[in-house]
Amino acid sequence: MSATAYGWLVLAFPLAGTLIVSLGWRRLPGRSAGWIGTGMIGLSFLASIGALVQILGDPVDARQHTSSLYDYASAGGLNIQLNVLVDPLSVYMCLVVSGVSALIHLYSISYMTSDRGFNRFFAYLNFFVFSMLLLVLAGNLVLLIVGWAFVGFASYALISFWYRRTTATKAGMKAFVINVVGDVGMVLAAFFIFRELGTFDLLSIFSQAPDSFDTNQGAVIAICLLLLVGAIAKSAQVPLHTWLPDAMEGPTPVSALIHAATMVTAGVYLIARFHPLFEIGLTAADVAALLGLATLLIAATIALVVTDLKRIIAYSTMSQIGYMVMGVSIGAYSAGLFHLMTHAFFKALLFMAAGSIIGAMANRQNIDRMGGFLRAMPFTSAMLLIGALALAAFPVTSGWFSKDEILDFASFRGGFYEIFAIGGYIGALLTAFYAFRIGFRVVFGEPVEEARELEQGHIHHAEPENPATGEEEDTDVGFPGPSHQIAEREWPMKIAMSILAFGALVGGFLQIPGVDDVVHRFLHGSFEDSTLYEEGPSTGAAYRGLTIGAGLSIIGIAVAYYCYMRAPGITARLTERFRWLHDFLERKWYFDEAIDLLFVRPSLALGGWANSVFERYVVQGLVVGVTDFVRGASAGVRGAQSGYLRSYALLLVTGFAGLGLYFLLQSS
Amino acid sequence: MKEVAFFAGAIGALGGAIAVIALRNAFYSVLALIVHLISLAGLFLLLQGEFIAAAQIVVYAGAVMVLYVFVAAYVGNVDEPLWEPIPGQRFIAPLLGIALFVELAIAITGSSLQAIDTGGPTVELGFGSPSAIGKLLLERFLIAFEAASLLLLVAAVGAVVLAGRHRTGDADAPQETA
Amino acid sequence: MDITWYLVLSALLFAVGVSGVLLRRSPLVILLCLELMLNAGNLALLAFSRSLGNQDGQVFALIVMVIAACEVVVGLGIIVAAYRRRIPLNVDDLRSLRG
Repeated sequence: MSATAYGWLVLAFPLAGTLIVSLGWRRLPGRSAGWIGTGMIGLSFLASIGALVQILGDPVDARQHTSSLYDYASAGGLNIQLNVLVDPLSVYMCLVVSGVSALIHLYSISYMTSDRGFNRFFAYLNFFVFSMLLLVLAGNLVLLIVGWAFVGFASYALISFWYRRTTATKAGMKAFVINVVGDVGMVLAAFFIFRELGTFDLLSIFSQAPDSFDTNQGAVIAICLLLLVGAIAKSAQVPLHTWLPDAMEGPTPVSALIHAATMVTAGVYLIARFHPLFEIGLTAADVAALLGLATLLIAATIALVVTDLKRIIAYSTMSQIGYMVMGVSIGAYSAGLFHLMTHAFFKALLFMAAGSIIGAMANRQNIDRMGGFLRAMPFTSAMLLIGALALAAFPVTSGWFSKDEILDFASFRGGFYEIFAIGGYIGALLTAFYAFRIGFRVVFGEPVEEARELEQGHIHHAEPENPATGEEEDTDVGFPGPSHQIAEREWPMKIAMSILAFGALVGGFLQIPGVDDVVHRFLHGSFEDSTLYEEGPSTGAAYRGLTIGAGLSIIGIAVAYYCYMRAPGITARLTERFRWLHDFLERKWYFDEAIDLLFVRPSLALGGWANSVFERYVVQGLVVGVTDFVRGASAGVRGAQSGYLRSYALLLVTGFAGLGLYFLLQSS
Repeated sequence: MKEVAFFAGAIGALGGAIAVIALRNAFYSVLALIVHLISLAGLFLLLQGEFIAAAQIVVYAGAVMVLYVFVAAYVGNVDEPLWEPIPGQRFIAPLLGIALFVELAIAITGSSLQAIDTGGPTVELGFGSPSAIGKLLLERFLIAFEAASLLLLVAAVGAVVLAGRHRTGDADAPQETA
Repeated sequence: MDITWYLVLSALLFAVGVSGVLLRRSPLVILLCLELMLNAGNLALLAFSRSLGNQDGQVFALIVMVIAACEVVVGLGIIVAAYRRRIPLNVDDLRSLRG
């Protein structure tokens, strides 16, 4: 089979899974929906491998294949087809997405086992994977936007999965609205591209772009900035990032899949895919890199102080994606995408471990109430520590290789780009610190009550409540199920986490500087037309960078060790001393308040004005005015029907006299 | 001589008409109408309509008006209140009447019909006589004649039905002193 | 006398009849005014018949008289029936057919 045939299969399996589970949700017995969903994604992964094998069999410069299913729209210069583009970049993304998704599906079978909405969950999850794969495999901009929008919907559906929780539904709406802002940017970019280049087909755009645009021409910068708006919204970069922490209202597997490994990386994929345009619109690329840097630092600082376990991990996601965005914007394409893969591994692992801990804590998520789970949950603790090590870019872990490759490239480009390297290293220090804030807090120390119960063999039970607000809940449909799963007892969770841990530890070896560059060589087929791809730092410079990175990582872990293990009160004292800074960071740099003031309040005010003034006077006035006029006119006419014989006679005679007058005048 | 007769008849007709609409007592109005009809019969005679004049007096003033007299006596007088519920009717009605008359007058006097400026052509002796009218009725206007008699029959039956006594919910007329 | 005189007189009588219908409230008197109008019409018919030298107009007037008689019969029947049923004999009170 050809590569594109495999590409269609990659799309077909999750779609089939969605349809089977969503149409048969009433009749699927027990947990079969979960197995069907997982199986379908697994098959999709195998199809991706098939596509990989096919692509590797092609010569290096002819690895981009397209295949069209049918003509979607063909009129007046517009030619849109339902086509897929199977090339190294999309196959790489497919492998990452389908692989990690399959593992998360497996994990979810255990995690969501007592939830009343089990079948619905897997229908949504499969739909999400289908949409993400559609986005990645799309061969033209229209289909990409379709996938983009579907992914946004799936995210909304899954964030508000526990729909009876008001906080969850609000978070879902927030995510969706911010995503729509991004969608507007994407669609405008599509219009611009069509106007400038006359086509939506990706390969045609990329081949025509260098000839149609001069470097830094206004049109191409506008296009790139609009695409960037879409990328920022989807990847939760500053300033459209406020939805991601709230998105942790969704179940933990959702956070792992969508908000760590796949959907939020769509922005990175977009910039990488549109690199021909970004390389012409250099200013836009710099803007993107700066936004990535800003997000990286801001998110890292916030992760230092928030206390909800999932939110810390969410901010770390935001920060790491900042690294990726920065990477692909300055030209380190393979480095950024490599970090995407390693991040998918260790972030999904971290979320899964967090899910296990939260299960042990009976759905409480406050990190200050956790501690000492080492003896009670050895497997989970080990997984958590592996994930934290990879996040902190500890030497030999995959995070070390991938993160430092980006920063090496930034130093290599030098000049203005040095600030990215410096900022990146500062961020790495902070990352190491907060990664082990989690690690030391949760795993080591005195066991808390839940941990001690677990050591005795039973999971702590508590009244179900909303982890954010403490409101009471029940365990019926629309809320989390009654039983809590931990990895030690569930083999699907164990298998999924082990595979990811293996990837987090060993995945870095694909790109050891000076030894091998598997990813870089593989992705070359998609980046042939790039001016920056071939260049890179020398091996010596690379090792220098790795050493710096290792040093920072160890320093960060040591500081965390000191703060949390040696002198436990020190963080509380620092918080008191720098109360203003702590509050500023804890309120997320007041972004939510700013957006509320700048956008939400004026919109609501406009709506209120429209309702009270415009609607009442103009619209109602017109409509009711017409009916009132008609009613008044008919009342006036009705007055002639008085019932008096004599007035009828009067009218008759009047009419007759009038007629007579008319004829008299006519004949004269 | 003819003029005198005409004016006498005209004044009688006009006076009777105005009396009909002006007198408050319905019985007097009926009597005024009888005067009007008889004056009109005189005018008909002037117009060589002898049979019609006779029919007017015998049938109209004789039979029809007697009907009116009976009913007026039976029903009595209807007290017409002074206050006029329809606004403006009191003023518009005479105005309309005048307007109507003026229009018709203009139409008549401005008309291009030549024959009305004269007294009419000389007619033979039997013009308007019963035999002549009878001949016309039975020859040319037979259908109209028969239809008219049918109509009379229908009207008579209708009147009997309307004023019939043996109906439920029917109250007899109040006593004379009411 | 010219025919014009008769026609003008007929118009005048008709106008008087119209005013009477519009002004009076007793149904009996309204019927009387209707008679006025019908007779005015008869006068006009005879005048035209004389001016044309044609007797058709007179026959027409005769038929009109017949019709007037029928109408009077029915109208008076209604008045009598209404009086019997204690319905007020004032056309201004008979206004249930209003819009």
